[in-house]
Amino acid sequence: MSDLQSQDYVRRSASTMTPPKARSYEDQVAKLIDVSRCIGCKACQSACMEWNNLRQEVGHFEGSYQNPNDLSPDVWTLMRFAEYENEHGNLEWLIRKDGCMHCEDPGCLKACPSPGAIVQYANGIVDFISDKCIGCGYCVKGCPFDIPRISKTDHKSYKCTLCSDRVSVGLEPACVKACPTGAIMFGAKSDMKDWAQERIVDLKSRGFENAGLYDPQAVGGTHVMYVLHHADKPSLYSGLPDKPQISPVVEAWKGIIKPLAVAGVVLAALSGFFHWITAGPNEVTEEDEAEGERVLDEAEKTP
Amino acid sequence: MTNTWQDIKNANVVIVMGGNAAEAHPCGFKWVIEAKIENGAKLVVVDPRFTRTASVADYYAPIRPGTDIAFLSGVIRYLLENDKIQHEYVRSYTNASLIVKDGFGFEDGLFTGYNEETRSYDKTTWDYDIGEDGFARIDDTWQDPRCVINLLKKHVSRYTPEMVSRITGTPQDKFLHVCELIASTSAPDKAMTSLFALGWTQHSVGAQNIRNMAMVQLLLGNIGVAGGGMNALRGHSNIQGLTDVGLLSNQMPGYMNLPSDKETNFDVYMSTRGFKPLRPNQISYYQNTRKLFVSFMKALYGDAATQENNWAFDWLPKLDIPLYDIIKAFEMMNAGQMTGYICQGFNPLQAFPDRGKIRRGLSKLKFLVTMDPLDTETSRFWQDFGPQNPADSAKIQTEVFQLPVTCFAEENGSLVNSARWLQWHWKAAEGPGIARSDIWIMSGIFHRLRELYRKEGGAFPDPLLNVTWKYTDPLSPDPEELAKEMNGRALADLTDATTGAVTTAGTLLDGVAQLRDDGTSAAGCWSFAGCFTEKRNQMARRDATDPREQGIAPNWAWAWPANRRILYNRASADPAGKPWNPAKPIIAWNGTRWAGIDVPDYTPTLDPAKGASPFIMNDEGLGRLFARKLMAEGPFPEHYEPMESPVENVLHPKVKNNPAARVFADDRANFGNPKNFPYVATTYRLTEHFHFWTKHALINAILQPEEFVEVGEVLAKEKGIEQGGWVKVSSKRGEVVCKAYVTKRIKPLMVDGKHTHVIGVPLHWGFTGQARKGYGANTLTPSVGDANTQTPEFKAFLVNIEKTSAPVPA
Repeated sequence: MSDLQSQDYVRRSASTMTPPKARSYEDQVAKLIDVSRCIGCKACQSACMEWNNLRQEVGHFEGSYQNPNDLSPDVWTLMRFAEYENEHGNLEWLIRKDGCMHCEDPGCLKACPSPGAIVQYANGIVDFISDKCIGCGYCVKGCPFDIPRISKTDHKSYKCTLCSDRVSVGLEPACVKACPTGAIMFGAKSDMKDWAQERIVDLKSRGFENAGLYDPQAVGGTHVMYVLHHADKPSLYSGLPDKPQISPVVEAWKGIIKPLAVAGVVLAALSGFFHWITAGPNEVTEEDEAEGERVLDEAEKTP
Repeated sequence: MTNTWQDIKNANVVIVMGGNAAEAHPCGFKWVIEAKIENGAKLVVVDPRFTRTASVADYYAPIRPGTDIAFLSGVIRYLLENDKIQHEYVRSYTNASLIVKDGFGFEDGLFTGYNEETRSYDKTTWDYDIGEDGFARIDDTWQDPRCVINLLKKHVSRYTPEMVSRITGTPQDKFLHVCELIASTSAPDKAMTSLFALGWTQHSVGAQNIRNMAMVQLLLGNIGVAGGGMNALRGHSNIQGLTDVGLLSNQMPGYMNLPSDKETNFDVYMSTRGFKPLRPNQISYYQNTRKLFVSFMKALYGDAATQENNWAFDWLPKLDIPLYDIIKAFEMMNAGQMTGYICQGFNPLQAFPDRGKIRRGLSKLKFLVTMDPLDTETSRFWQDFGPQNPADSAKIQTEVFQLPVTCFAEENGSLVNSARWLQWHWKAAEGPGIARSDIWIMSGIFHRLRELYRKEGGAFPDPLLNVTWKYTDPLSPDPEELAKEMNGRALADLTDATTGAVTTAGTLLDGVAQLRDDGTSAAGCWSFAGCFTEKRNQMARRDATDPREQGIAPNWAWAWPANRRILYNRASADPAGKPWNPAKPIIAWNGTRWAGIDVPDYTPTLDPAKGASPFIMNDEGLGRLFARKLMAEGPFPEHYEPMESPVENVLHPKVKNNPAARVFADDRANFGNPKNFPYVATTYRLTEHFHFWTKHALINAILQPEEFVEVGEVLAKEKGIEQGGWVKVSSKRGEVVCKAYVTKRIKPLMVDGKHTHVIGVPLHWGFTGQARKGYGANTLTPSVGDANTQTPEFKAFLVNIEKTSAPVPA
């Protein structure tokens, strides 16, 4: 979470208030991960842990170089390793840096019911504002890439910030800086797309006919993009979604159910009002008070 | 490296064989990626495992561990058969045309002169036919059957693609495809770079692995050129510096050898180091050996080294065996012949073969001193850590002194990188707690020892009493003072013979050319002369300007020798002095001198018409396809099976292994056979860790927390091993219980008609630090080294593997 202010917002969760978009003249940024030059060294993971001061506990070996074993509230980026035997019987070791894709149309933000807990800045970065997070986990359901993780300690949701704090002061994300082979690039999204095209030409010349850019349009494009040797089969790369899309339930919640729900809330308020007009306020009985005290006491005793 | 990291970007083909550059050198590997992207280079990987390097390669071929010589000799055969050599280069710059002595031969796996009893060679016949004029005889027409090129042709004729595949397990089509890619760089304007590391050195034939590729590179004309070379990627910060300053039992600084006990006086010592040119008009640089040696002795003994006492030659130790390497040291410890051990910046309990033998050896010592920034396993060998280090402390009498030292970031100094650059670094923080610098500790030991000798005398106190020690603070010499001492000074006014320029007595030298053999110069390490001059500390320079953007920034730090970035760069130009590759020239003859982007590896004003050849360190001036007497096991590389191997040597069954390898009897008894240990194992590093250090750092421990081995899917299925399940890997010497990584990246190889399985053993885990406890790969490895260097054979040995359950903690 950065110290950017609300004038940077272009989207804000659970809010009908239109963000001021004061900085919408800014370039949209993007991180380009060129899988074909990545050697899976985990310098990016290490840099992410350093910059964000996160230390997952020392885990176990579980049958892959992938460590820690999954994303977590303390692991915001992770190299995923897939062994793939291609149609010629040759092995390919497809290594992909996983983490938040920073969708242009973020499913997490759409799903989030807490006003302002998820925001998108003018530069395209999608950020979680922890103070406002209620830990409901809707963002997890809303994310087409299975990225956010809820902390068991403080019940808030965490993920890669695209180093919004660094980017806001003109620095590249920590992972980009650390990458020794230049497999992670950062800059204006348009520049990154141009560079990706050059890489794709090179990959095609080396026999990867289906090389291409992963910038899925179903989520409006992403601010983290991949150059893939097999852009026709993204799922080869440890389950990168072939056709990512925001869950229909979330779309429905935003599209149809939410207005209905709002109507429901209004209806309830109105009926309460009429109840008060017609029957007067509800009185609390002494039994109700005693029961309330007892429940509170019990809750305090439970650790 | 003959070349530099940055220069890799100029290659057309990058071959990584005998190393895993992406894994072990991820930062330097950026230049391989650069070569691919900016120069359209093809990356070829030959390795028993599909590695991280292979994951970004254009072509991958598998190979059985320990069979690289069969592969590379097959490559040479391919190049000669298909006429894919750089003819003009080979004729002018290699010893292809030189004639070898009568009597030299090779039969049934042995070169002439073998003595079975001593397991060594009388190398008399391994030399050129010397004419009456004192020069090696030559046949430019290559008609004489005793020309090096013809002997080489004959030698490699046995390595047909069928034979290569039979030995190495590399499928023939893959082998031939690699040959084609390599051969594409025989064009004068194309270059291949060879990147290698311990994947080649850690074999009983390690030095010959490297020689074999060097021969390939000479045949292709790829030595001395941009994007070419033999590039050893050093795996340890400043390990290059360690060898440069001669921290080996048989060496002195600058790759000078200590005398043997047969060289009883200075004249005898010098008589074999004259290096008179073996061909007309050659430079034969080592004619200067006396200057280098005398200057070193002056640096060591100052005024006490005089013409009269032969520059204190008698005070040097004389070797009674070729070298006292670490395998020998632990052999002696176990035999009770070595009772004290100072272990500086070294963790042998993790790093040296046959961990059980190492532990037993340490347990027999009277004292052990460890000097390390970290709490090493070696310092704790006496302590019981459960199955990973079982020890009965009460029975171990060794007194252990654990001295914490500062690390590189806590002191000033220089580190020499793979590209031979001496880069100065500055102290960033104070060392923690009571940590002291290595220099402070060594000085303290020196002064106390000298005091004891002064007071009590001793059998031979002179070498210690006479050492010169003129530092501002004798108890803690400043790194700059030591650097200046290595650079060297004039001890009298020195006048340059050609220019007449005078170097005043007492001033720092500008370069090695100022060294004298009359005691008027001192230099602690001749090859470093020029690194710290009166102008400034050249190692501290940080100007990255690269005039041709060709990866040569001459004002960044300082490279030995003479700030030269690419060794043998005279060979980048044709005999007339014109660059072979006009697009990437290094130096060229401009009619009066050699000019270009690098310091010429040649006399700067020497007209090419004079006919001096580019390999100036060799007496004949030529790159050697035939190594003369310099190698222990033969002037041509020959395939010998690893000491522990699953198959016979199909080329010569009677001579299975390296006949010149030194093997101690107890170690030989500890070799396993394929009946009990049917699988080939190899050890290696992972990117997440650096040796046994980074498991002490939390982030690295998180990124690769626990010991495991890599097992192919086929073998795993055969043995019922599950992904991530527990296995027991055992060799004749010990066993490791750890997790299994069942992978497609290791496939069984068809070796001489039989499926051969390879098991990969990463080496990082021990019992101190923040990662989970591990047994250590060296529990399994055999105690035998390369016949020339005694680098242990960690890359090819035999094991068994069984499914098991988790070890029971103590």
